Amino acid sequence: MITVEHLSKRYGDHPAVDDVSFTCTPGTVTGFLGPNGAGKSTTMRMICGLTPPSAGTATVDGVPYRRLGNPGRRVGVLLDASAQHSGRTGREVLHLAARTMGVDRSRVEEGLERVGLNQTAAKRRVGAYSLGMRQRLGLAHAMLGDPGILILDEPANGLDPEGIFWMRGLLRDFADRGGTVLLSSHLLREVEAVADRLVMIGGGRIVAEGDKAELLAASGMVVRAEDPDALDAALQRVGLTGTRRADGGVVVQADAAAIGKAAAADQVVLLELRPADSGGLEQMFLELTAGDNVKEAVR
Amino acid sequence: MTAVDTARQPAGPQHATARAPQRSAVPLHRLIVVELRKLADTRAGLWLLIVIALAAAATVVILLFAADAEQQTFVEFFTFAQLPSAVLLPVLGILSVTSEWSQRTALTTFTLVPERGRVLTAKLIAAVLIAVLALGANGLFAVVGNAIASATGGDGSWTLGGDMLVQALVLQVVLVLMGYGFGALLLNSPVAIVLYFALPTVWSILAGLVKTLRTAAGWLDINQTTTPLSEPAMTGDEWTRLGVSVLVWVVVPLVVGWFRVLRREVA
Repeated sequence: MITVEHLSKRYGDHPAVDDVSFTCTPGTVTGFLGPNGAGKSTTMRMICGLTPPSAGTATVDGVPYRRLGNPGRRVGVLLDASAQHSGRTGREVLHLAARTMGVDRSRVEEGLERVGLNQTAAKRRVGAYSLGMRQRLGLAHAMLGDPGILILDEPANGLDPEGIFWMRGLLRDFADRGGTVLLSSHLLREVEAVADRLVMIGGGRIVAEGDKAELLAASGMVVRAEDPDALDAALQRVGLTGTRRADGGVVVQADAAAIGKAAAADQVVLLELRPADSGGLEQMFLELTAGDNVKEAVR
Repeated sequence: MTAVDTARQPAGPQHATARAPQRSAVPLHRLIVVELRKLADTRAGLWLLIVIALAAAATVVILLFAADAEQQTFVEFFTFAQLPSAVLLPVLGILSVTSEWSQRTALTTFTLVPERGRVLTAKLIAAVLIAVLALGANGLFAVVGNAIASATGGDGSWTLGGDMLVQALVLQVVLVLMGYGFGALLLNSPVAIVLYFALPTVWSILAGLVKTLRTAAGWLDINQTTTPLSEPAMTGDEWTRLGVSVLVWVVVPLVVGWFRVLRREVA
């Protein structure tokens, strides 16, 4: 359980994070979405007690992170896969963490195996690792203490498509066994495939938050007809309006039944009628966070 | 909140153990072992230790070949063997703190142990332990050297006053802690290493050139005040002068650096 309440962080006049609140419950994967520089990493660092907040609180299982005692056994954290000593071997990184947490050494080999780092890779120094390998090592590091909670900042960065697919399975399985996952990304599609809940942040503020299904439902239906003009007329007759998409489909903010009935009444042949899902969500994501890249350039 | 947590537990058998109360902090002895290991598990650290050992062995060889027979005593071997670690071990002390920031490992170190003071304490104790270990290793080199000396016509007498032992220990510990303090204060490996070597030397040179600084240098020039540590029977006055310079060069950087590490944001 992660609880974030009214968390804010200011750097001089610049509000990096502004009054952010959300919770992550056991058994769910929460996708923390936002463009680069939106405040995702700062929020996560505040949750982990690395950055003191200007205002607000963050707790893990009801306790501030800094008071967790041996946090590695409760929370697995991966904030930056590249933040490892380049002169240490992958295996040594895990050995040090295992010692610190008081975890049996055998878990190091298990961890390496779980993330797909073989013996050769384990013996190499982290400096020679690709970003994808560092992410895998970081995941092994985060899961080493058998925690119930995972906090991962952009873990899919640098992973190949196979690696991303593998990581989704790993996180889904972790949550299905009762774990809590907070996962950040600047790519909607990456998070959408695995998250149950979404928290979207832009310019340091939460712009949308909720169940993925609800957010997807809110994004409307896509409908495509043999005769687009006839469809437009049919929709207008029942008071529905849609926005035309590049592929000829129309996004309509109504449920499937209403659209279907309108089309049937006018005998319009439909070729497609489905939830707009990612397409709509992506549009929403872009609209809600528009203009942030300018701020990012300044940061 | 807690009710939800407990209710979920059966769903994840693997997590059940992790959810058990884990409020107790990581014990300090475990952190010390980890910090000692960190000193030697990187290329930089390992090679530094190897170079120190090789140089200590070299001091023995030099004395065996270059020194007069009557100079080949245990106390001479012992004192000379302290030199490499006195010069290079502080670099290890610097790196033990700065590498966390230069290599950005502070991010993982402080997420695993959020009480930064405990990490710093463990690093401090590890630094002192490595200084003691170095003293022991130097002693072993001296034993070997003196044994060879007595077999090859050197003096070979085995007396080592308690004062020399204590002074050698103080030398090693003071210098490694000075490195540690510089590291904590500057949190940047190259800057800390350069300043560690340059500042005291610049001060020595200035004191040599400027007459008015000479009296102050007798108290504040750590190169000067640590010199008597290598000679038998230090006087009370020499100890006081050492104490004053240690306050300035070791204690002050260490305390200021300590608070800097506690407060600094980790990114």
